[in-house]
Amino acid sequence: MPKRTDISKILILGSGPIIIGQSAEFDYSGTQACKALKAEGYEVVLANSNPATIMTDPEVADRTYIEPLTREYLEEIIRVERELSPGAGFAILPTVGGQTALNLAIELSDSGVLEKYNVKLIGASVESIKKAEDRLYFKDAMQKIGLDVPKSALVNNLKDGLEFAGKIGFPVIVRPSFTLGGSGGGMAYNREELLEVLARGLDFSPVHEALIEESVLGWKEYELEVMRDLKDNVIIICSIENFDPMGVHTGDSITVAPAQTLSDREYQAMRDAAIAVIREIGVETGGSNIQFGVHPHTGRMVVIEMNPRVSRSSALASKATGFPIAKIAAKLAVGYTLDEIPNDITRKTPACFEPTLDYVVVKIPKWQFEKFPGADESLGPQMKSVGEVMAIGRTFKEALMKGVRALDTGKRIGGEKIEPKILTQRLVTPHPERLSYIRYAIRQGHTVKQVAKMTGIDPWFLYQLKEINDMQLEVEKHPIESVPTEVLREAKRMGFSDGRLAGTWRLSGKGDQEKIRHLRKKHKVQPVYKRVDTCAAEFESYTPYLYSTYEEEDEAAPTDKKKVIILGSGPNRIGQGIEFDYCCCHASFALREDGYETIMINCNPETVSTDYDTSDRLYFEPLTFEDVWAIYEHESAAGAEVGVIVQFGGQTPLNLALPLKKSGVKIIGTSPEYIDLAEDRKRFGKLLDELEIPQAPGAMAASLEEAVAGAAKIGYPVLVRPSYVLGGRAMVIAYDEETVVRYMKEAVEYSQDRPVLIDHFLEDAIEVDVDALSDGEDVVIGGIMQHIEEAGIHSGDSSCVLPAVDIPEHLLARMREYTFKLARALKVVGLMNVQFAIPRSGYAETDTDHGATGVRARPTEDHVGADTLVRPTGANGTGGKVYVLEVNPRASRTVPYVSKATGVPMAKIAARLMTGRKLREFLPEYIDQQKDLDTGSCYYVKSPVFPWNKFPGVDTVLGPEMKSTGEVMGVADNFGEAFAKAQIAAGQKLPTQGCVFVSVTDHDKPHVAEVARKFVDMGFKLVATAGTADVIEGAGMACDRVYKVKEGRPNVVDLIKGDRIQLIVNTPQGPDPFFDEKAIRRAAVTARIPTITTLAAARAAAEGIAALQRGEVNVKALQQLHAEREAISKAPSPRRT
Amino acid sequence: MQAILALEDGRVFRGKGYGAKGECYGEVVFNTSITGYQEIFTDPSYAGQIVVLTNPQIGNYGTNSEDNEATRPYIEGLIVREFSKVSSNWRSQQVAEEYLEQFKIPVLAEIDTRALVRHLRDNGVMRGVVSTIESDVEKLVAKANSIPKMDGTDLAKVVTTNRPYVWEVGERSHEPIEIVGFKDEPERFHVVAYDFGIKQNILRKLRSECCRVTVVPAQTPAEDVLALKPDGVFLSNGPGDPEPCTYAVDNIRRLMGRQPIFGICLGHQLTGIALGGKTFKLKFGHHGGNHPVKQLKTGKIEITAHNHNFAVDPDSLPQSEVELTHMDLNDSTLEGLRHRNLPLFTVQYHPEASPGPHDSHYLFKDFVKMMEEWKG
Repeated sequence: MPKRTDISKILILGSGPIIIGQSAEFDYSGTQACKALKAEGYEVVLANSNPATIMTDPEVADRTYIEPLTREYLEEIIRVERELSPGAGFAILPTVGGQTALNLAIELSDSGVLEKYNVKLIGASVESIKKAEDRLYFKDAMQKIGLDVPKSALVNNLKDGLEFAGKIGFPVIVRPSFTLGGSGGGMAYNREELLEVLARGLDFSPVHEALIEESVLGWKEYELEVMRDLKDNVIIICSIENFDPMGVHTGDSITVAPAQTLSDREYQAMRDAAIAVIREIGVETGGSNIQFGVHPHTGRMVVIEMNPRVSRSSALASKATGFPIAKIAAKLAVGYTLDEIPNDITRKTPACFEPTLDYVVVKIPKWQFEKFPGADESLGPQMKSVGEVMAIGRTFKEALMKGVRALDTGKRIGGEKIEPKILTQRLVTPHPERLSYIRYAIRQGHTVKQVAKMTGIDPWFLYQLKEINDMQLEVEKHPIESVPTEVLREAKRMGFSDGRLAGTWRLSGKGDQEKIRHLRKKHKVQPVYKRVDTCAAEFESYTPYLYSTYEEEDEAAPTDKKKVIILGSGPNRIGQGIEFDYCCCHASFALREDGYETIMINCNPETVSTDYDTSDRLYFEPLTFEDVWAIYEHESAAGAEVGVIVQFGGQTPLNLALPLKKSGVKIIGTSPEYIDLAEDRKRFGKLLDELEIPQAPGAMAASLEEAVAGAAKIGYPVLVRPSYVLGGRAMVIAYDEETVVRYMKEAVEYSQDRPVLIDHFLEDAIEVDVDALSDGEDVVIGGIMQHIEEAGIHSGDSSCVLPAVDIPEHLLARMREYTFKLARALKVVGLMNVQFAIPRSGYAETDTDHGATGVRARPTEDHVGADTLVRPTGANGTGGKVYVLEVNPRASRTVPYVSKATGVPMAKIAARLMTGRKLREFLPEYIDQQKDLDTGSCYYVKSPVFPWNKFPGVDTVLGPEMKSTGEVMGVADNFGEAFAKAQIAAGQKLPTQGCVFVSVTDHDKPHVAEVARKFVDMGFKLVATAGTADVIEGAGMACDRVYKVKEGRPNVVDLIKGDRIQLIVNTPQGPDPFFDEKAIRRAAVTARIPTITTLAAARAAAEGIAALQRGEVNVKALQQLHAEREAISKAPSPRRT
Repeated sequence: MQAILALEDGRVFRGKGYGAKGECYGEVVFNTSITGYQEIFTDPSYAGQIVVLTNPQIGNYGTNSEDNEATRPYIEGLIVREFSKVSSNWRSQQVAEEYLEQFKIPVLAEIDTRALVRHLRDNGVMRGVVSTIESDVEKLVAKANSIPKMDGTDLAKVVTTNRPYVWEVGERSHEPIEIVGFKDEPERFHVVAYDFGIKQNILRKLRSECCRVTVVPAQTPAEDVLALKPDGVFLSNGPGDPEPCTYAVDNIRRLMGRQPIFGICLGHQLTGIALGGKTFKLKFGHHGGNHPVKQLKTGKIEITAHNHNFAVDPDSLPQSEVELTHMDLNDSTLEGLRHRNLPLFTVQYHPEASPGPHDSHYLFKDFVKMMEEWKG
């Protein structure tokens, strides 16, 4: 069937910010869908609030709305788009944007928006979404077609839940309806637990409903990825078997493709069931994911659930097989049939087939519990991992071992002795480190049978671990000097890394891995590269999608073209997220255009960078020195010049930069030595001194004594952190010696090589991020981003606004000057990020017409300057000091955001600079006029999104350690509205009326009245704790008083729980035995009440609320914003100074 | 145990031997199915062939008595990347290695099977020897060259039953029906099935469609078949080249129009020849469970199990008599035909699957319908 011609415009819904359960995989799927539909000639409109994505690049869709993903904003987008093309066939594709997009589609349909604007849904119908998502409908549907399901009942109150659980017996699973990644779900082993879990589940469900289900805990778990076209052709793309049995969310399970322990009969029965399910649910076109449980001893097969859309598992399946599910799903949605779509990889055969694998794929999740002290680390039906790695090997053993090293945990369980009781507990209860404990148990002589009994993991998998252990023992038997070639080869074939072998032979220190490498060379044990080709080599493949293995034949003969290797960022992590994938992809796109052969190395299946058509070659490999070096050597073999880009993938590739360079690899762009210098406290401090750039006094410590002495010398408060980390891991602000001592004793590992850094913490300062491009001579500033939270909160966790709202021009100029100096001093070629702090004392303004004296052209001043984020406390015209906090001569988290705000693809330009091109080629006018990239007449606010709802009990306070998983952007022509939009997009619904609870530190009290006044003026009532209330009443405003949590009742938590408070302004005041901020923040998260922790943010919120009270819902496509800005910057501006 | 594969063109792969000690000879073919190794071991169509499995992990779920397609394995030898030393599955009764050892089938493991598959893909299937006892490569290559070629060899008469029998449902298991795929149904039709190397699942499928099945040897004359008063005749799959099986072609000609006929695989090729067509050998054949086949009338696609080295040339068939019904989407080869006037249809692929997808089970129903109509 040819494509549909009754549709000409398609709105694709994205998934919004990266959150646990909805990660970069939807950037991959959305980008594929946009590209596929655009190539088919459709007018593609995209809505997504996440600026860090590739899909929101202006060239991916025809019109891109970076707007909140709510019904109101989508309706406005639909209205505008309908108006632009009144007669066009207009459709929405909701199946590539995760649960968020599906839920929105239902909302748009239920509220009549689709009908009102005559918009069709494609890819999935409302009925089929409801049938698949509503557990009761789904269960009925399954029973109708004769498929077995776990016994279950839907309940909307505790009493019914208890009654049903009593009937089927504990344990039971609680699954709230319509939530993401199993949010709010859990397992209950007894009545008491059920009450707690069910109460939370009901609360999380937007429809106050949850399913109580028979536990299939310990059953084998499988997933099938299914595709169907309009002609009812159905194919299975991939089978996935979970290493962890049922009971652990599949996103938190180690998974294996293809399924390993099913015979053909069992597999085909599952395939038949999957096909019956997709037909019965009525997913007309596209991909679905169907999950099954199989009883390990009886074979009873039950259907667990179905996602009638592209999912995390389909991203994995796409990367595991080479079959681009999202792209094909998009084409099917517009009417193509599977046989009409060619298989890109083989070219000669159609997409209508079932991929077959001649390798094994293992996915391992990445958790970051270290970021959330106090969180429950056990794994269950609610997903807790933040990212994942995928590894490909010819055997399960090889893939697993590659996956383990790709995880980049830096941890190893081995030497220490584990108490038998603890070991049992560690084996029985699923948790992030279980695999290590299993290996430990096997090493200690536990049999496969014993471990299988405790873990419920299939004995076949455990036997593979045993074989790995046996190999380890075999290697240990031989001294390195006389190890037989066969043993070495066998170990490498099983996936042993050089590092592990070095450890086995007790080599240590520098050059240990090098010795193994030389040993391998001597024994001729070298990796080869094989192709992922969808067909197990039955047909020739045209896409070099490669993985390493220790086999005979290599299928990746290197070319002699000039080439660039781009090191990706590995698994998604807090602090190292999709932004870096964005930069890597852009480097590849740009250099491909410039005629380079681009080579991507990455191990994250959720990303665009690991799409086989992003680069000329894709090596799906761990980002370790061994693997990267091997690829470099391989690619250089034909004599081509190979450059390597390390500065785009975050910390993971940066850690490899110096070792690679020392081994002779040509790193292009800023040299690793300078990147290193910027991280080296002593040398960097010296450089700043030479450049006469102020920095907060600091010290380094490699011992407890040094730390205490250093902190005392610098003066408290101090910021203490380990060197070489990203995302502020293990960073604290210490107000006293006790904290420093505790930190040094417990929190962190350090050494002479890697000392702890101690800086004076600039209290009460605003923080500023500056992104810049440099070719070593010329420098252009991409954006000066003013943080909305004050310094001390990790920049990734702080909302920020571009352009800066109210920083006086002379301070902006100073930051520019420092940035220029630093870029030249560090010989930056590519991107650079500088973080500044400006203390409020001495902060001054030169002009009340904020920003107007800036070099930015600003045609409308109406909304600007009415309010300020930062209250000036001094006004001496040119006063104020700018401190440099840190310099990162590499891509930063904000690059995609700045690129979207300015319309200038900074990462692309940076990649080109690294190949020797000059900044003047790209941005001559900005160099000549010494002006920053332009944001036109709009404000762009970036706000973080936090995973609090996944970690009940964890304190939600912000600090120097990054905790947010993703970000959103709000755009408007005034700051308040932009901030409000960002808050809405981040899921923080600012209230337009009601009651504000205010409680601030003594330090903030002098300014609290001015902020409170804004809320009173907008019609809000105030509630405050005694001290704050005194100040507010003293300023002549009415204010209710409330007890602190431990003072008595009703206290503030009672008010929150009683829905009496709509907004919380609470600046953290440190330990107060009566106040219990933690309880307040927790209650607020549960009740979904926005909590603001700085006065600066409170001012911003007030502006946002004012915008909301105006009741405007404005949307604008990015392309339109950029065009307007172009027009402005070309037109002679009378305001330009 | 060291083991070597030597191909007729001199290419050699060295790996480890599992299963039986010794040597095996045959045409080396590759199969891309992910699941179903036991069914492949025991499929008589593999007589004379050494099978390379592209799935690198073989043996994981062991073997059991229910998944056999014949009473013994028919492959000459097995080549895999990794052969599991253990089995794990609730139905498993025997580790795969033990099973093959019991029937003296040598296994070559731990070689670069992907390299071998690419070699066969580029150069076509070829003869080879797997040996665990001979290390002189030149001798092995010479041996490979001395193996009789598959082309022109009638293997059907080698693997067929030596006397007719009425098929009975074998041992029933405790497994749910959907796993075994078999239901006891009252007998409504009598089918005589020519055994050219018939797979058990064909018999199970026919039996599930209410057929009593009498299996007869490959060379049974048409008259003897008619004397059994069947409602329909089934032509089975089987190994080797169809051309030398002239006896079968003659019998099919004599049965055409006198009984509804349904043929699979070799049965399809023989029918093609009986209809005046020609067969040819494919470069490396179709062996796997993921082939898209299009029903030319409806445009509908089935994902099907394939196991054939030969194919019927559609241009050689008389268009006036024969309707082409199915086509492979990968290489556009003929996968099914139907006689325009007589009750006869055949498919090149395996609707009984086992191993493979069940998309084409409907053909057994079509056969029953054809018998119903014929009966009036």
